[in-house]
Amino acid sequence: MAGRRVAIVGAGMTKFVRRALETGQELAWEAASKALESCEMTLDQIDAVVLGSAPDAFDGVHMKVEYLSPGAGAWGKPTIRGYVGGGTGVFAAIQGWYHIASGMFDTVLVVCEEKMSSCHPHPQAAFNYIFDHTLERPLGPNLLWIFALEMNAYMTKYGLTKRDIAMVAVKNKRNAADHPAAQLGDPHITIEDVLNSEVLAWPVQRLDVSPTSDGAVAIVMAAEHIARRVTNKPVWVEGVGWSLDTQYWTNRDLSYPTYVEEAARKAYAMAGIREPRKEIHIVEPYDPFDYKELHHLEGLLLADRGKAAELIALGIANRDGDMPVTPSGGLLGVGNPIAAAGLMKVAEIFWQLRGEAGKRQVPGQPRRGLAQAWGDLMQVGTVIILGI
Amino acid sequence: MERWVYPVTSLRPEDVEQKRVCTTRTPLRGEYAWDAGVAVGRFLTELKAGRLIGRRCRACGRVMIPPRMFCEQCFRPTDEWVPLADTGTVITFSVCTISWDMRRLEVPEVPAVIAIDGASPGMGIMHKLGEVGRTLEEILDRVRIGMRVQAVWKPAGEREGAITDIRYFRPLED
Ligand SMILES: [Zn+2]
Repeated sequence: MAGRRVAIVGAGMTKFVRRALETGQELAWEAASKALESCEMTLDQIDAVVLGSAPDAFDGVHMKVEYLSPGAGAWGKPTIRGYVGGGTGVFAAIQGWYHIASGMFDTVLVVCEEKMSSCHPHPQAAFNYIFDHTLERPLGPNLLWIFALEMNAYMTKYGLTKRDIAMVAVKNKRNAADHPAAQLGDPHITIEDVLNSEVLAWPVQRLDVSPTSDGAVAIVMAAEHIARRVTNKPVWVEGVGWSLDTQYWTNRDLSYPTYVEEAARKAYAMAGIREPRKEIHIVEPYDPFDYKELHHLEGLLLADRGKAAELIALGIANRDGDMPVTPSGGLLGVGNPIAAAGLMKVAEIFWQLRGEAGKRQVPGQPRRGLAQAWGDLMQVGTVIILGI
Repeated sequence: MERWVYPVTSLRPEDVEQKRVCTTRTPLRGEYAWDAGVAVGRFLTELKAGRLIGRRCRACGRVMIPPRMFCEQCFRPTDEWVPLADTGTVITFSVCTISWDMRRLEVPEVPAVIAIDGASPGMGIMHKLGEVGRTLEEILDRVRIGMRVQAVWKPAGEREGAITDIRYFRPLED
């Protein structure tokens, strides 16, 4: 383990909704103040702030994190923005970790916020700017294209069916029914509902996709000597890793997320994990689309290539299975305010390992969990491993 | 953990339409003129002449499309231009039935990644397929990953040095 030991000691969040009355600043404030309150800390005990938020284009506010900063407790404090697209939520926690592990700070407040509803007529408008301006934008692409292209490459390579993949959406939306912050939890959804939903960009259908959302999540991180004073249940950061693949996405093997494997291998090495399938008890892989959960389980080396769907089919990935996957309900169920969604996954592992996940609590006193996010132009993997 | 969740005031579309809450709308106006650069600039000039071209790195041997003046893997300059065919293989495709702002399209679009003949294996570009049907069912019946395709060019007089000088790729009947 590099550097000093670092723990997460508190977490808070807002409900995720399609459109919130609250501004981004107000959402950040609600999540940040709840996180501080949860560990009975106040802002004057925080040394530095890490703020994560995805494209400025969603809000139409340039330097969005500076705009958010008053609500995120950043007044008069060393503050940094983390931004690796969808990978931001987990990356922000990694930044919080190295701020403290390095010895630079003892306590860090990590806040991730996203308000996608401001962008009209649809947040997709902001996503059009991720494509190459000369070689791709003249073709009139939309964001769904790249996911549909990747999903088809993955399905075809391994002979997977839409039904194999739809099981992920069903599991996660059902799990989310037990999450008090969820936007799209549904205890009764069936595979047929997913398979019969509107085709958007085949093979992607409406219920294969997470919603657009407004929301914020915050965690408090602390060095060991503080963490032990603040709580009797610190959740330790045991490993972190991140990696970026080439921007030339049409030159990659789209059927396998190599960058997730690279990030996972770094995190496993740091945590001293040799057999991740035995040593990781709960997983929160990034699931903006149902196939992405499977893709990422394979990149995390928690399933053989092309075989992750079997974990879902056999119930191994259920909340009461041998390796619960996305017990929170994930982006598909809780919602997808981009950066906040990634940090929600970190917060879920925190609550699960402390036995505080309520109706979502995974049985058997899990001791170690992994959260992963993914983003930019389908090219970044961010991984954090937490343990008690 | 319920204690640490703030409930949020969720707005319905009618709350906004009926002006129960105040909102402000302003457009962001900005236009950009992007320079193509050294590598893609040459690539566009070749498109205007009806040709595809790639760039070779002699250190790793890769022939790359889109072309670049540096190899991001070897992190050294690339060495030479390599003429490529205007044929290739579909690596993956989608059948998109909506526009970027979620409106239904009358005829679906078929975006694809196409590995270009003469470039290294797996070196593809994004483009669209055409002449493959007008409904989801027809297109799914017609298009396969691994299918061979060829560029359909605009007439020489209409080409302007843009990726759209290729109208689309169509199935190549062997
Ligand atoms: Zn090279």
